[in-house]
Amino acid sequence: MIASRWVWLAVALPLAGFLVNGALALRRAPATRAVSIVGPGVLLAAFAVSIGVFAGLLGRPPHEPHIVTLWPWMTAGALRIDLAFQVDQLSAVMLLVVTGVGSLIHLFSVGYMREDPGYARYFAYLNLFVVFMLVLVLGANFPVLFIGWEGVGLCSYLLIGFWFTEEANANAGKKAFIMNRIGDFGVLVAMFFLWRELGTLNFAEIAARAPGALEQGGTIVTLITLFIFLGCTGKSAQIPLYTWLPDAMAGPTPVSALIHAATMVTAGVYLVVRTNVLFAMAPLSSAVVAGIGALTAIFAATIALRQYDIKKVLAYSTVSQLGYMFLAVGSAAFAGGIFHLATHAFFKALLFLGAGSVIHAMHHAYHATHSHEDAQDMRNMGGLREHMPVTFWLMAIATLAIAGIPPLSGFFSKDEILASAFARGAEMPIYYVYYALGVLAALLTAFYMARLMTMTFLGPNRTGDEERRHLHEAPWIMTGPLLVLGILSAIGGVINLPAFVGGRHALESWLEPVTAAGAAFARVELPHGTTELLLVGGAVLVGVVGLVLGYRATLGRRVATAREAPEEAGLARVLNRKYYVDEIYDAAVVRPVVWLSRVVLWKGVDQGLVDGAAVNGTAKLSRGLGWLGSRVQTGQVGLYVVLFLVGALWILRAVIR
Amino acid sequence: MTDGMALLGPALGLSAILFSIGVAGVLLRRNVIVLFVCIELMLNAVNLSFVALAQLHGASGQVMVFFVMTVAAAEAAVGLAIILAIFRHHQSVDLQNINLLRG
Amino acid sequence: MTAFLDSIGYGQWILHALVVLPLLGVVPVLLGPEASAKRTALLVTSLELILSLGLWWALDPGRGTLQLVSNTPWIPGWGISYRVGIDGISLVMVLLTTLLMPISVLGSWRYITRQERGFYALMLALLTGLVGVFIALDLFVFYIFFEIMLIPMYFIIGIWGGPNRLYAAIKFFIYTMAGSLLMLVAIVVLVWRVQAVTGYLSFSYDHLLTNAGAVGPLAPWLFAAFAVAFAIKVPIFPFHTWLPDAHVEAPTAGSVLLAAVMLKIGTYGFLRFAVPFFPQVALSPTVSRIVVVLAVIGIVYGALVAMVQPDIKKLVAYSSVSHLGFVMLGIWGGTVQSVQGSLMIMISHGISTGALFLLIGMIYERRHTREIADYGGIARVVPVFSLIFTVVVLSSIGLPGLNGFVGEFLVLLGSFSAYPLATVIATTGVIFAAAYLLWALQRMIYNRLDKPENERLSDLNGRELALMTPLLIGIVWLGLYPEPVLRRMEPATRRYLQLTQPGAAAPVAAAGPTIEVRP
Repeated sequence: MIASRWVWLAVALPLAGFLVNGALALRRAPATRAVSIVGPGVLLAAFAVSIGVFAGLLGRPPHEPHIVTLWPWMTAGALRIDLAFQVDQLSAVMLLVVTGVGSLIHLFSVGYMREDPGYARYFAYLNLFVVFMLVLVLGANFPVLFIGWEGVGLCSYLLIGFWFTEEANANAGKKAFIMNRIGDFGVLVAMFFLWRELGTLNFAEIAARAPGALEQGGTIVTLITLFIFLGCTGKSAQIPLYTWLPDAMAGPTPVSALIHAATMVTAGVYLVVRTNVLFAMAPLSSAVVAGIGALTAIFAATIALRQYDIKKVLAYSTVSQLGYMFLAVGSAAFAGGIFHLATHAFFKALLFLGAGSVIHAMHHAYHATHSHEDAQDMRNMGGLREHMPVTFWLMAIATLAIAGIPPLSGFFSKDEILASAFARGAEMPIYYVYYALGVLAALLTAFYMARLMTMTFLGPNRTGDEERRHLHEAPWIMTGPLLVLGILSAIGGVINLPAFVGGRHALESWLEPVTAAGAAFARVELPHGTTELLLVGGAVLVGVVGLVLGYRATLGRRVATAREAPEEAGLARVLNRKYYVDEIYDAAVVRPVVWLSRVVLWKGVDQGLVDGAAVNGTAKLSRGLGWLGSRVQTGQVGLYVVLFLVGALWILRAVIR
Repeated sequence: MTDGMALLGPALGLSAILFSIGVAGVLLRRNVIVLFVCIELMLNAVNLSFVALAQLHGASGQVMVFFVMTVAAAEAAVGLAIILAIFRHHQSVDLQNINLLRG
Repeated sequence: MTAFLDSIGYGQWILHALVVLPLLGVVPVLLGPEASAKRTALLVTSLELILSLGLWWALDPGRGTLQLVSNTPWIPGWGISYRVGIDGISLVMVLLTTLLMPISVLGSWRYITRQERGFYALMLALLTGLVGVFIALDLFVFYIFFEIMLIPMYFIIGIWGGPNRLYAAIKFFIYTMAGSLLMLVAIVVLVWRVQAVTGYLSFSYDHLLTNAGAVGPLAPWLFAAFAVAFAIKVPIFPFHTWLPDAHVEAPTAGSVLLAAVMLKIGTYGFLRFAVPFFPQVALSPTVSRIVVVLAVIGIVYGALVAMVQPDIKKLVAYSSVSHLGFVMLGIWGGTVQSVQGSLMIMISHGISTGALFLLIGMIYERRHTREIADYGGIARVVPVFSLIFTVVVLSSIGLPGLNGFVGEFLVLLGSFSAYPLATVIATTGVIFAAAYLLWALQRMIYNRLDKPENERLSDLNGRELALMTPLLIGIVWLGLYPEPVLRRMEPATRRYLQLTQPGAAAPVAAAGPTIEVRP
């Protein structure tokens, strides 16, 4: 058992890994072997530390978070911000998810990235990401959380743009960072409000002081929570700041699994749960959170219906599932949000890594025949089940889990969210709408996942006759982590089994010390008895129907390969082009801002008005005056003498008078 | 004393006439040498009034004449040298051609 | 350490030594051979740095008063004496100056290829001026140092600058000169009015501070004169247009010192002179509103204009306008947090922007262009340069954990209670900062390597690594553990706030003596 005060080791180990791998990356000679050991090694060690911390927490009284202060960071007047970690039930859960899933993805990466020339750099970034993610979930106050919050954004930027020589990749990284920054603006402003109103930025003190200092449902607490939520929409890819996440698929696939599915994008959910007392005190904000979540869930799901890039489908699926998590925390089901966060981490990481395994195989096949076809386009796949059975079966488990088929993990977590939204409807009827959107999104989720699986693994193969011989299953270092994630996706629901299957809501009671402050203001009473069973039955039915429909709609039709496929038309085209949101943002925000900056501010105000008119105008004025004066200087002594004489006489006259 | 006082008026008058001739010469003539002579004329007109007025105010006026003469001598030396240099450069001593100071 | 310093009488001679040493160094630089000028200059500036480090311990961090004060009558008839001393604010500014000076000399090693003696002599003269400005406690002496540093910088830009150097140098000179002449008039009037009331003619800082109330109805005019002089120096929008020109044309060392140190003289002037002398005017609602609005305009405007600059040096110049806007906002924020934050930005902007200009200078030496569009994909060719450039850019963006964040965060946090709306608008600056710097970063070191000229660039050499190392250490250290610096500045900050608290009836008397002379 490791005491909580050793928790900094969990951060220090990946940090050491970052430094070692970073140093190796700067060397000319590749050090593949050393990187393969150090990169995943530090993560496994950090996972061991996390287990120790978790075990240590089991034996302690639950209501006292353990604050580990490393050193004072910023102090000014009454402000005192320590670089401190908070070990409590919530951070322990996140610690396990991050290091656990992180370890598996690191192992997978050894197989996936081994041949890349930037192998050491890749692991350096990945280790650094874990450092910041752990700082994020462990931070005992807002600014320390913010270090992690921005740090993961940075690593995401670096990893999305990992293959930076392609301009599109570098653009995607930049877009992700800037969109995240828009969100970070919200978090900063929320911090300013909290400091002004509560005089503290420590989470423990916020939870303690907020109920007394802030008016429940008042403007201030609503503003604070909306600003926090703005940060969440950036980090967790919700409407309106979600467009960076699909572009972020430009990074290596394990990165998508780790950062853009399992950990970083869930940071927004974590932050809401961390500040649950504030959201519980602001019912309006909670309704906004749940509403945005439900809208995002359905909106992204519709886009996923018409994507052909296997990673893009999963990316929109992630956006949609994150919407579910916000629906949960917006319905005051904080534990429910964390529950779905954990199960989603399992099955979505599995899906992404499975997709990675498929892309790996496709890429090798095309590489062997020097073909330039798109290795990620599902229209070029089909029938891969024969070539990669392990991947197929494991991804099938994940598909059933995300579709909410019992008894897999996703069933329990999604069901709890829908039930919570339904229960909230008793107080605020708008939640019934959210519930309906959630159910509809579940249907679409099952549909597009069935479509993905069918297009990729079933039916006839469309890769090409020559290429087909090169398709093969991934090596064990990649399938091994997949297997572990498959098991977790299948049985992950046990961490929070509901009463109707004989469970005791283990996760919910475990998190109770953290959510207690919020529960004092808003508490969901999940439905019982017949209503509960009806809801559950309905959710399962929707999942099954969606799967069947998706399977039949896809298998029944002949799919043309990416090269031959015709342009979509009508609604399909709108969906394929993602409702043209990127184009709209570009035309409505990006271009006007650049135009304003370049034409109006720089050329107009700066060069024209300030510099041209005012500054150089003054210079020109004095030069002009000088020129006028110089006209008198003709160089003719005679004229000078006349002037002199006139002047002398004039003075003489003045003196005499 | 009275003889001197009697001559004061004519002396100042002559001085004024000489000075005016000098000014007119400076204003109207183009030749630098003539100009130079006119300046000398003006200086000497002033000298004359100094001497004349010394009858009234004591010897300081006469002392001043020596100063003026010294300056005039120095000026003649420098001025003629400049004129010589200008002539070498322009092959002329006409004022119309000398406008190096034009702004 | 303190005992050792006491034993050598450090406190008695150090401030004089810091001013005189560079001037003495001018002699061997000018008399020695051309080739050894830079070595001599490096030696002198390094010695200056080592000497100045002792100040860290010599200053009693517990007190906010001016310490190590020494007073030598100079022109007694006019009440002028050579009076110097430091508090926590001066301390960090002096250390920033002495740190960046040897680094700038090293950064000019290859860049300056002609008339080296003259260049390094001017650099040393500049060092005297810069140090003097931060320690002067007599307004006449302050004015002299304020002007002294102007002249070497004029020549540094005008002789060793880029193609349009004369325009930039003259613009810089006249701009600053116009402001400083206004300030001179204000100083004279202030002294004269104070003499009329107290009967005691003196340019001494503490005497004027205590009796500045004597100016009566003239206070707004005098404040305006001081404010314009310092606003040009900061620069505050719309007095900023000399800055991009000067930065672009100046040689590397000139840009570094201009951005890192000389801009801070403006904000330092506000903190030391303009606001404490006339708090009722400076912090009155009208003036506050004007300053805060201009600061916020500077933040957003600077960032937006920076975004569209094709020239990387100009981009950094406009980013300075944006960063210095935060400093102004913090000074008027009027809380311990905001003023401390302003001081932190002054330090970290000095380090980050200095580092940025040095890096730009290094790549310019290799490629002879500053157009962003002429680069692209050079991360493959010069990985170490790219790594360091990325870190410095991130610090300038204000990534938490690096130095830029601490100051910005404290400023915004501290100013929010007084100016919520302005602070929120200013906070959008963090978004724009990310936009312009990352965009530039991407276009320079990422993307495709499509220009053949860039394929043969050589990576940083030992000298360049050596001069970047202290800055990188500073970036990380101030980002993660700014506490020692903050602790040293806080008493001086508190004292500044006491002096300027508009509510207090007799603020100066209540705050106790400003200056103490060590026995």
